[in-house]
Amino acid sequence: MRPRTLFEKIWDDHIVHTGDDGTCLIYIDRHLVHEVTSPQAFEGLRMTGRTVRRTENTLAVMDHNVPTTSRAETKERGIMQEDSRVQISALEKNCSEFGVQLFDLFDKRQGIVHIIGPEQGFTLPGMTIVCGDSHTSTHGAFGALAFGIGTSEVEHVLATQTLIQSPAKSMRITVNGALSTSVTAKDMALHIIGEIGTAGGTGYVIEYAGEAVRNLSMEGRMTICNMSIEAGARAGMVAPDETTFAYIKGRPMAPQEGNWDKAVAYWKTLPSDDGSTYDKEVAIEASNIVPTVTWGTTPEDVAPITAQVPAPTDFDDPNKRQSVERMLDYMGLTPGTKLTDIPIDKVFIGSCTNGRIEDLRAVAKIVEGKKIADNILEALIVPGSGLVKAQAEEEGIAEVLINAGFDWREPGCSMCLGMNPDQLEPGERCASTSNRNFEGRQGRGGRTHLMSPAMAAAAAITGRLTDVRNMA
Amino acid sequence: MKPFTKLTAIAAPLPMVNIDTDIIIPKQFLKTIKRTGLGVSAFYNLRYSDDGTPNPDFVLNKPEYKDAEILITGENFGCGSSREHAPWAILDMGFRCVIAPSFANIFYNNSFKNGILPITLPQEQIDELMKEAQNNPDALTEIDLEKQTITRGNKFSFDFDIDHFRKSCLLGGLDDIDLTLEKDAHIKTYEDKLKDDKPWL
Repeated sequence: MRPRTLFEKIWDDHIVHTGDDGTCLIYIDRHLVHEVTSPQAFEGLRMTGRTVRRTENTLAVMDHNVPTTSRAETKERGIMQEDSRVQISALEKNCSEFGVQLFDLFDKRQGIVHIIGPEQGFTLPGMTIVCGDSHTSTHGAFGALAFGIGTSEVEHVLATQTLIQSPAKSMRITVNGALSTSVTAKDMALHIIGEIGTAGGTGYVIEYAGEAVRNLSMEGRMTICNMSIEAGARAGMVAPDETTFAYIKGRPMAPQEGNWDKAVAYWKTLPSDDGSTYDKEVAIEASNIVPTVTWGTTPEDVAPITAQVPAPTDFDDPNKRQSVERMLDYMGLTPGTKLTDIPIDKVFIGSCTNGRIEDLRAVAKIVEGKKIADNILEALIVPGSGLVKAQAEEEGIAEVLINAGFDWREPGCSMCLGMNPDQLEPGERCASTSNRNFEGRQGRGGRTHLMSPAMAAAAAITGRLTDVRNMA
Repeated sequence: MKPFTKLTAIAAPLPMVNIDTDIIIPKQFLKTIKRTGLGVSAFYNLRYSDDGTPNPDFVLNKPEYKDAEILITGENFGCGSSREHAPWAILDMGFRCVIAPSFANIFYNNSFKNGILPITLPQEQIDELMKEAQNNPDALTEIDLEKQTITRGNKFSFDFDIDHFRKSCLLGGLDDIDLTLEKDAHIKTYEDKLKDDKPWL
């Protein structure tokens, strides 16, 4: 048999039917559902009299539009906006009517959809996993084929447990060597997007490989796979290995005794065969990656923290030059300014990119015994799930963060997209561990600089963008 | 879904690259539980000033493009969030066709599910269309999906590529779920085998 990549193996294993024109019907193993992109899909089922085909393979949670402040068990449940309450009630009603398991606001397992899937063992290697959310690519860290879909496709999966798909191109990004001290998976992700561009991955499924990727924890692998969509990729993945199996073992929805060995034996067949080929190969030297931040309004507009704000004339492409002018104006930045001279107003630590326990530990390590700077108006820490929150409290991390002046919140997507009241005011500048620095993303007129949790922690302490390597 | 066969309409120019779905429809409008009614909020932050009045400088607010049904724009259109609210908003605003040098995958996919035709053309042809739309706003552009052509009077005619399956769905206004349920026997066979092959699922 011809050598196959991880992606090809999973793809081949999920083909239900291939049409004459090459269009494939692909089986979907796991479907995650949240309150924002599902109401119209459930309504579609209702109007056509259809049901959810595989309720046991479907898991719902509310995360995008939930308060991160207290959720007292009152009628409002802490949700102050009526339209948000309607959307959350709609998910509760839909899940109960169609028999879908839901982690509601008072469930300690509630959290960001891409954090709870792995946490519960719902996400496993070799699976096809979808969700009406672009950051579904996160689950690729387990060696799964995971991608975001629109609401029409959410309805399609609910009704048929399949999707109509055409094959993707493949790209391998190999990160050779070891990352330097204080350089994290987030820096790697931002560096890669800076190299290949926000549309560099369009049409591709990216497989991340190489020593630096192998050495990442599952949390780190989730961070890089999560950001694949910011390079335009259909999905990102990392081949499963002992690190993967160790993470999964014992989780509530993971294969139990009896099936465990069978599952692991299958998972071990998944890594790309020697001699398999990719449509595109990218090689990166880990030693070239330093702590990285964004300065513009697309995730490709990155620079090492040691650099300065670029000028439009630094770019050859006239379209890019024009957009850089617009970005600098929006961001309120002057070319030539040292990045480390840029003061910030708010700090946001959380999101499906960096809201896991390892991220909170990294922040605690930097801020322990220190106080956030006087010019910081708000420093939010939003754990990715109720379980992450509980673990951080148990480890004493929460106390360290609260003592440093951080606001310790309930889990949710929060200021990553600002659907709830956690938003930037016009002109406010934020050091953020999230994934998108688009215009208005965190609030109309808000200015976002993306970075790692350790870098955001350093910025909170000094009040400006800071090279975490210089923190004592 | 409304079929898409031919469209003869005004084309509006939106010469920006990397228009993400947060720009197309900002977060505050995602709280709806309906598909309709988003048109008035499309491109909100570009279209309205801080006080909520229409921004006269934004191209889609100009009277000559009020009835436009074709949008001509820059590369990587629809990047970012998977929100289908983006094509819903564009459709509700009156657009049935978006022409760009490239699209983000999820937006591209979502468009077809809503009877919107996304067309990819080389940058030079986009530049020409853009210039035409800017200089002669009243002139009509004709899109023929069956023939896969874009014509602007006798000025020019471009051919475009489109996936065969997607084309036939648009032409017939076919519902994907109906098409898939016709293959229900295949899905059942696959599921039966799955129980033996991967019992842990």
